[in-house]
Amino acid sequence: MVQFIEQVINGLQLGFVYALIALGYTMVYGIIRLINFAHGDVFMIGAFVGYFGFAVWGLPWPVAILVSMAVCAVVGMAIERLAYRPLRAKGAPNIATLITAIGVSLFIEYFTSLKFVFGPNYRVVARPFAVQVFHLGPVSISSVQILVITVVLVLVAGLQYIVYRTKVGKAMRAVSHDRDAARLMGIDVDRVISYTFAIGSALAAAAGVLFALAYPQISPFMGIMPGLKAFTAAVLGGIGSIPGALLGAVLMGQAETLTAAYITTDFRDAIAFGILILVLLLRPAGLLGKAGPEKV
Amino acid sequence: MRARSFAIAGAILGLYGLLELLRQTGIISAYWAQIMDLSLIITISAVGLSLIYGFTGQFSLGHAAFYGVGAYTAGFVSKTLGAGAPGFVLALVAGAVAAGLVALLIGLPILRLRSDYLGIATLGFGVIIRVLLDNSHKLSPTLGGAKGMMGVPQLASFVWIFWLAVGAIWLAANLIRSSYGRACISIREDEVAADLMGVNTTALKTLAFVVGGALAGLAGALYAHRYPFLHPSTFDYLKSLDVLLVVVLGGLGSLTGTVVTAIGWVFLLEWLRAVLPSEYMDLRGVVYALVLIVLMIARPQGLLGGSSAKGGKRRATA
Repeated sequence: MVQFIEQVINGLQLGFVYALIALGYTMVYGIIRLINFAHGDVFMIGAFVGYFGFAVWGLPWPVAILVSMAVCAVVGMAIERLAYRPLRAKGAPNIATLITAIGVSLFIEYFTSLKFVFGPNYRVVARPFAVQVFHLGPVSISSVQILVITVVLVLVAGLQYIVYRTKVGKAMRAVSHDRDAARLMGIDVDRVISYTFAIGSALAAAAGVLFALAYPQISPFMGIMPGLKAFTAAVLGGIGSIPGALLGAVLMGQAETLTAAYITTDFRDAIAFGILILVLLLRPAGLLGKAGPEKV
Repeated sequence: MRARSFAIAGAILGLYGLLELLRQTGIISAYWAQIMDLSLIITISAVGLSLIYGFTGQFSLGHAAFYGVGAYTAGFVSKTLGAGAPGFVLALVAGAVAAGLVALLIGLPILRLRSDYLGIATLGFGVIIRVLLDNSHKLSPTLGGAKGMMGVPQLASFVWIFWLAVGAIWLAANLIRSSYGRACISIREDEVAADLMGVNTTALKTLAFVVGGALAGLAGALYAHRYPFLHPSTFDYLKSLDVLLVVVLGGLGSLTGTVVTAIGWVFLLEWLRAVLPSEYMDLRGVVYALVLIVLMIARPQGLLGGSSAKGGKRRATA
């Protein structure tokens, strides 16, 4: 039982990291119906910037997270401005934008693998603090786990505030509801999309730093699998829905950790994606998605 | 019409003769011959995806899974039966049939999904197949699991690859022009309308998926008999992207585009390898990605798309 609770906590740590990535996917999808394949790579850049922050430049880790979030917000806006907006202006089909997103993803991976950027090899991350283990009765929990869970909760609360209590958030919800109507109401749609990318990318950056602290190994290709899984989590919860992304990510983290702990580590990824396919078949709009009538 | 068919057949025969001559005389080196074979194998696989996505509109991010199923099945059959032409033919058939069967089993449930959701489901399916291949040694040690599979007899000569590629293109071209093909295109254009007109959309989507998957399986079977080392990473998500890029860059709904792009793409990548000095070899991936982004922004409808693919006018399906 104790072991089970500890595994659930491990799953929670993983799921919360996925949640931060999934939020970016779901916000971007909600607004421009694009699976932003480059999102996992923004997460990777976030991990590297955070690592440079606390390990090389000697910043305190909270500052490193903030620096990383700021850098990635700019990167996210630049990706949108340079790669996706020209296609949107042309009225290109969704799939063209999707392929471009794949191109951006490959570009980031290969570019950062160059020797004068991050280099192709794995780097081991030295944590900026010693890991402490606390005991709550028989259950032990590490300071990294507490850190990850706290930071994610704070960021999600912040996101909740931005989306539901500020003007930008209101504009984002309006654009996601009906882009043309929002434009007619005088909302600068391009700017709102830009903000959405900035916020989503900043969250991915934070996820990257937390990931590097929790699983201390980083490489330019580290974003692919967490990216795919976070996207899966977003679909699982109902893409376009923020609570859905959180729920999906937590479930995904649990599924992955518990499978690895009790069933098999070899088939961990297969089971995670098997669940996804089942959910899509049984409830295609995701757990919390709106299964509205299809527009014809 | 008849005269035209003869002219095309003659031209293909002539092309084959010319290429075979150049290869035999060594004007095309063994290295480039290998690239040429690879480009034809990729063409077969891409023609399969072109049927699924380009013509029937079913977005798939897991095409490499069928390619992998075909390669491993064929490799297993060939290794078990031993070298020899009958075993090779049986292996090719087994690869295509196995991939087609897997496509049928996975297609029946998931083809109910649309656009992005179908894409993510096929992507998940691709990851699952990759994981299964990684653990395949538990099923049979011959398959090698994550260590890879070696020792498949290298029987796929240029004759086989060239004519099977021609056969695949011929099959696809005829399928597209048949009433089935027109019904498939109507599904791509508007599934609801096609359904209302009495098209059996489920059956046809499955048909396209199975034929497309089987072609990928055939391509994989050829690959297994041309390149001596099979590894699960040869059939992962990035490889699915490769084929998808070929089909989209070639222009959705353009078979010529698919074929030309498949061959051009493989040669472009190899040419980059040849032309870049070795210290800049790392730049290959960067150039690949940049070419892709720039092409996509400049011609979102694909290189040869336009007439048959109504890319720009297609409504976004939410």
